[in-house]
Amino acid sequence: MFSLENITDSSQKWLYATFNSTIALVLQCVIVMLLVISLFAVLGLVLVLMERKVAARMQIRLGPNRVGPKGMLQTAADTLKLMMKEGLTPDGADKFLFNLAPFVVMIAGMLIMAPIAFAKGFQIWDINIGVLYVSAVSSVSVIGILMAGWASNNKYSLLGAMRSGAQIVSYELSAGFSIVSIVVLAGSLQMSDIIASQQTGWWLFRGHIPAIIAFVIFIIAVTAETNRAPFDLAEAESELTAGFHTEYSGMKFALFFLAEYINIFIVCAIGATLFLGGWMPLHVGHWKGFNHVMDYIPSSLWFLGKTFFLIFLIMWFRWTFPRLRVDQLLSLEWKYLLPISMFNLLLITLIAIMGWHF
Amino acid sequence: MYRETKILNVDSKVSPIGGDLEGAVGADEGELVINVGPQHPATHGVLHLVITLQGETIQKVEPHLGYIHRSIEKMCESLSYRQFIYVTSRMDYLSAHINNHGCALCVEKGLQLEIPPRAQVIRVLMDELTRIASHELWWGAMAMDLGAFTPFFYAFRERETINDIMEETCGARLTMNYMVPGGVMYDIHPNFQKRVKDFIQLFNNKIDEYDDLVTNNIIFQNRTKGVGILSAADAISYGCTGPVARGSGVTCDIRKLYPYEVYDKVAFDEIIETAGDSYARYLVRIKELRQSVRIIEQLIDNIPDGDFQAKTKAVLKLPRGEFYSRIETARGEFGVYIVSEGGTTPYRIKFRSPGFSNLSALDHMSRGSKIGDLMAIMGTLDLVIPDIDR
Amino acid sequence: MTNGEIKQHIVTVRPNGVFDETGEWLQVQVDISEWKTFAQWLRNDALQMDFLFCLTGIDWSATATGKTLLTMVYHFTSTVFRHTLVVKVKLDRNNPEIETVSDIWRTAEFHEREVFDLFGVKFLHHPDLRRLVLTDDFEGYPLRKDFEDPINMIKL
Repeated sequence: MFSLENITDSSQKWLYATFNSTIALVLQCVIVMLLVISLFAVLGLVLVLMERKVAARMQIRLGPNRVGPKGMLQTAADTLKLMMKEGLTPDGADKFLFNLAPFVVMIAGMLIMAPIAFAKGFQIWDINIGVLYVSAVSSVSVIGILMAGWASNNKYSLLGAMRSGAQIVSYELSAGFSIVSIVVLAGSLQMSDIIASQQTGWWLFRGHIPAIIAFVIFIIAVTAETNRAPFDLAEAESELTAGFHTEYSGMKFALFFLAEYINIFIVCAIGATLFLGGWMPLHVGHWKGFNHVMDYIPSSLWFLGKTFFLIFLIMWFRWTFPRLRVDQLLSLEWKYLLPISMFNLLLITLIAIMGWHF
Repeated sequence: MYRETKILNVDSKVSPIGGDLEGAVGADEGELVINVGPQHPATHGVLHLVITLQGETIQKVEPHLGYIHRSIEKMCESLSYRQFIYVTSRMDYLSAHINNHGCALCVEKGLQLEIPPRAQVIRVLMDELTRIASHELWWGAMAMDLGAFTPFFYAFRERETINDIMEETCGARLTMNYMVPGGVMYDIHPNFQKRVKDFIQLFNNKIDEYDDLVTNNIIFQNRTKGVGILSAADAISYGCTGPVARGSGVTCDIRKLYPYEVYDKVAFDEIIETAGDSYARYLVRIKELRQSVRIIEQLIDNIPDGDFQAKTKAVLKLPRGEFYSRIETARGEFGVYIVSEGGTTPYRIKFRSPGFSNLSALDHMSRGSKIGDLMAIMGTLDLVIPDIDR
Repeated sequence: MTNGEIKQHIVTVRPNGVFDETGEWLQVQVDISEWKTFAQWLRNDALQMDFLFCLTGIDWSATATGKTLLTMVYHFTSTVFRHTLVVKVKLDRNNPEIETVSDIWRTAEFHEREVFDLFGVKFLHHPDLRRLVLTDDFEGYPLRKDFEDPINMIKL
């Protein structure tokens, strides 16, 4: 059976057998780095194309269909165009911060890749505080956005950045509470433990209604955290033209754009890991035959399938809903989502202590 | 046309919160002055608004007009009574046909022409189709201003059908130029009745779809309810007409008050909402779509036979005097005021455009609301910039 | 109210008003000095003319009789009685000045700016009298009959 685990294991064995342990570690780091960067590039291309195709589907049109078969190479062509473009820096901008900001956003995205388990045994770093690490590092990207808005010397950018700051900081709370509720159920912060705890069933199904509430809140909160519609106030183009990245052009703009899609992928991957069992196949009770068939589907496909389903969900929101107003956005979080998720956490704790979950 | 704006100090080396920009011309402590437009996604054209903000709250909105001013009134002074009608298509291009209609009515008033019944019915049918097309575009653009992209494509799907119908009969899709003093330029296409009937049958269900997608959406309702409130007294004082005034509870439908053509013979309701907020203005337009369909349904099978054009002289000369005609466009009351000295061209012509007066209420309506609300308010004002600048 | 009734009402306050009943609506010409008080009376008293739907100027300098004449034309409707009245005020074309009515009808603020812009009529006590559609440094008043622009104006 095809498995990524075999590849990683055999490559590690070979490296440590051929070189001494220090060089082997360095080589491993280099390989991982290259893999992450190429994953970034591929994800960017795929997700942008997917967004355009999904949008086209919902808007009764065809979407990109000229470059390559069925428009598959459209995003590659777009990337090429963006690379050719001049990266303008406005005169009044703080040049250092202005140029640094896209990289901060990008690096924050790259760092969160570390604890994500892409398949069985295919994980960069199974850190024992995995979930905590994810929620901590994901807040770094807001610094990049604030930096970009501030350094651009543009009022639209500044307004967008300030909105974004308020939004991400607030919605991190509910997202955190939803994550913590799964941590309570699984009893561990480590990604591999959380996945292993879902062997008999995903937390979304095992945790009764509170887990479903946590899942819904998680999806809402991460949509807001990634600045996606209907919470895209930071870039709200009908109000602030393009918000915090109004002044960016060329590849610097592309980095912001890429970071947005990478962030979507990451939050969806985390959602899939926490609520939908990561790479765990779908098992239903005592249906032996069914479970056996499910096991034959490679774990990497399970993971990607779940993640892309969540990504599709988030894209669906974007092309359906109008945007919220800034005060409504904050009152939604502080008046509704936060109290609900706090109470929900209590319920989940009760369920976990009493062992009421399946 | 170059316009120097002293308000946005783009050369400033100071960071946005620093002293320079914040203390820009006319701004008090802590106020931020930003330019919305002339190139801005939400102004749908070249409207330039200078808005003063306190945080996200709007203190003042000051429209700067003229980016698409062509002085159409002056132009018309050198055009004959047959020619000037078609220049008005370039004002409110979304209800170009109704503009032309208003001008034709004014010339006919001066000539005291009797319009054949067939021409009258065709004119009203075309007017209502134009109104539907215009409201469709408004609906899509309004939803887009509020951040929902998909409705725009749904709206254009139906609008396309209307454009095709127009194209078949008039030869043009947007600026139809179908009016002549005394009737319409040519007879309707043989397919016209069938295609219009197909369209309205399809369209009735589509309005329900619009309600599902936007009207009943909780986010949309939250964004528009209680936003940009305009009282009835203010609406009258600001000279607002059309759906804007009717959303505030003012009876102002010219089709009902001063019926022209066959509007006094068809049954339809004037939509009045009393809340005066953006949602009320939205509802007025959505309900008007149904009323327009109702008018078309009554007339489409009853187009009388006969001439489509009254006999007129080749060169029209209006008698000395002043003529004023009022007509209800998709945006409100459109007035044409012709002062004639008896020649072949108007001595003075004035177009009273609905958008101009509606825009003047923008500042009053948006004070104290958020930037996001400004888009909701502008969306429901349904501004067409060439109509305002002329 | 019919035109006759409106006329009777006006005659009681302005016995020297000049009436013209040939058109669709009753026209009355008032003296420039009486304009502001007359406007207030129109809005607030018996006639209730609350809706000023058209405000414009006419430059008569191209006609034989009106070399120095510029008229302001105000179209009023009452949303209470549904009657319409046209008021005209004659101005001196060389120095056109008239009291603003933007404090009575808010819509006049924009319309008066437009007339100022295109005809050069000065509205006294207007809150914000600036050019509206043309640039601030534009010379001349385009809707006046003697305006010439050799580049942008096409004459047929």
